[in-house]
Amino acid sequence: MLKPTGQSTSKIARNRSQEDRGAVSRRTVFSDRLKGYWAHHKHSAKDSWGRLLAEPLHSLVTGLVIAVALALPALLFVCVDNLQVLGERWDGSPQVSVFVNPRAKPIVIEKLQAQLEALPATKSVEYVSPEAALEEFEVQSQLGNALRSLESNPLPPALILTLSRDVEAEALSGLQQTLDGMSAVDDVVFDQAWVQRLQEMLRLGETLSIGLGLLLALGVVLVIGNTIRLAIESRREEIVVIKLVGGTNAFVRRPFLYTGVWYGLGGGVLALGLLFIGLQFMSGPADSLAELYGSNFTLQGLGFGGGLVLLLIAAVVGWLGSWLAVGRHLGDIEPS
Amino acid sequence: MIRFDQVSKRYPGGYEALTGVSFELARGEMAFLTGPSGAGKSTLLKLIMLMERATQGQVLINNKNLGRLSRRQIPYLRRQIGVVFQNHQLLFDRSVYDNVALPLVIEGYSPREAARRVRAALDKVGLLSKEKLNPITLSGGEQQRVGIARAVVNKPALLLADEPTGNLDPELSAEIMTLFQQFSDVGVGVLIASHDIALIRAMKRRVLGLKDGRLVFDGVLPDA
Repeated sequence: MLKPTGQSTSKIARNRSQEDRGAVSRRTVFSDRLKGYWAHHKHSAKDSWGRLLAEPLHSLVTGLVIAVALALPALLFVCVDNLQVLGERWDGSPQVSVFVNPRAKPIVIEKLQAQLEALPATKSVEYVSPEAALEEFEVQSQLGNALRSLESNPLPPALILTLSRDVEAEALSGLQQTLDGMSAVDDVVFDQAWVQRLQEMLRLGETLSIGLGLLLALGVVLVIGNTIRLAIESRREEIVVIKLVGGTNAFVRRPFLYTGVWYGLGGGVLALGLLFIGLQFMSGPADSLAELYGSNFTLQGLGFGGGLVLLLIAAVVGWLGSWLAVGRHLGDIEPS
Repeated sequence: MIRFDQVSKRYPGGYEALTGVSFELARGEMAFLTGPSGAGKSTLLKLIMLMERATQGQVLINNKNLGRLSRRQIPYLRRQIGVVFQNHQLLFDRSVYDNVALPLVIEGYSPREAARRVRAALDKVGLLSKEKLNPITLSGGEQQRVGIARAVVNKPALLLADEPTGNLDPELSAEIMTLFQQFSDVGVGVLIASHDIALIRAMKRRVLGLKDGRLVFDGVLPDA
């Protein structure tokens, strides 16, 4: 019944000696099966894609739902990433503004400056007189007329203390105590503080984007799971026939897994589109903000690698969603 | 080929569809399974396909005890058995060719080898010229022949048919039976459930008669 066909027998006879006939035909069968296996993968992938295109509106809506769910955490991630770039651009040398009592005599200020210069953490100390401060403020705020109407200069003299880069947080708080203890010092402002706060906020933002990402990935899994559930239901008859003629669960599962991956990938591509549009909207304001600060900072997107990672995550999430749905619902469909 | 050993099937709820059924079908043997509706014909076929499991006794196919087969092994059992259904179970979202090719695709045949076998099977049932059509455009008799082509395309050792001529006129029924006979002649075990007594009598083959779940007749029907 399962004799080799005349054609293949004669081929073997021509090419091989009697002894290795069996081995050759077995190998032929195996490579044939492998070919068949790949053919079914190819067919499943193509067929699933075709089914999505056959219902463009429904597929697009599902794809957009997935895209929004992917784009939100991605956008948050991009924002955090950009702020991080900003933080790194900060030249890193923390500065301390030491405001001196306005009634202090110049000699006291000079003594204070020498004292500060002697501190181990100090890199340089710059004296900003009240007049110089007022001038700078006038230029920056463009409130010239209003300021000129003031009877006296409200700004105190200040010493700008630039610390060496690698000074540690503990040394900073020690420095704060030292400075606070000096009699001529009115107030001490650490410019470092906002950098530290920014770092904390970025860490929070990072955690938030990961948490939001996980939550929305779960949402995508559920959306795709539900879509696949409907697809399974609409192909119930086909599944029954396949099982009747000896289809394994893996065989039945295959086209649905491809459907899930296509949904994931399609949603991922749409998410990249949404992200691009969102960044276009934001880059205008971001550029003018950067200009205000005299920075040449521009908003960065996900980049090529980041985009690939997003697509990969989307595909995996799509696969997972359909895998769960198929595992849950395929067992219910048995020929009876 | 098939061996039933004191097989009983009780459905949940207590209904006993088969009681103590024993018989054996040899390789290449052709037999009819008959009896009134509800006698247990379908249940018996389902036990062979492992669509149901026996509650008592043993079913052996090719000396393999089906009671010992796990769920994962069921597909591989079914690949050895070709089945023809009364309602064909054809898929109307694809061509005749793709319907017949399905068992080969499932078994992982290369497209080229599959094409050769599909054409051979379609040729056998006389439908080679209609391979590109959708089965919904075919007549009842032609659809049934597509179903037969699908059942035999992977050269199974055993062919089951559940009322294969149920909706066909006597002439078409006789044609279908001739096809089954030809398969049995080349060594395929054939078991056909049918209540068309006239047709069965004309075939002069072994008959298994079921009544209320018991095997009440085993032999060739005498001429009327």
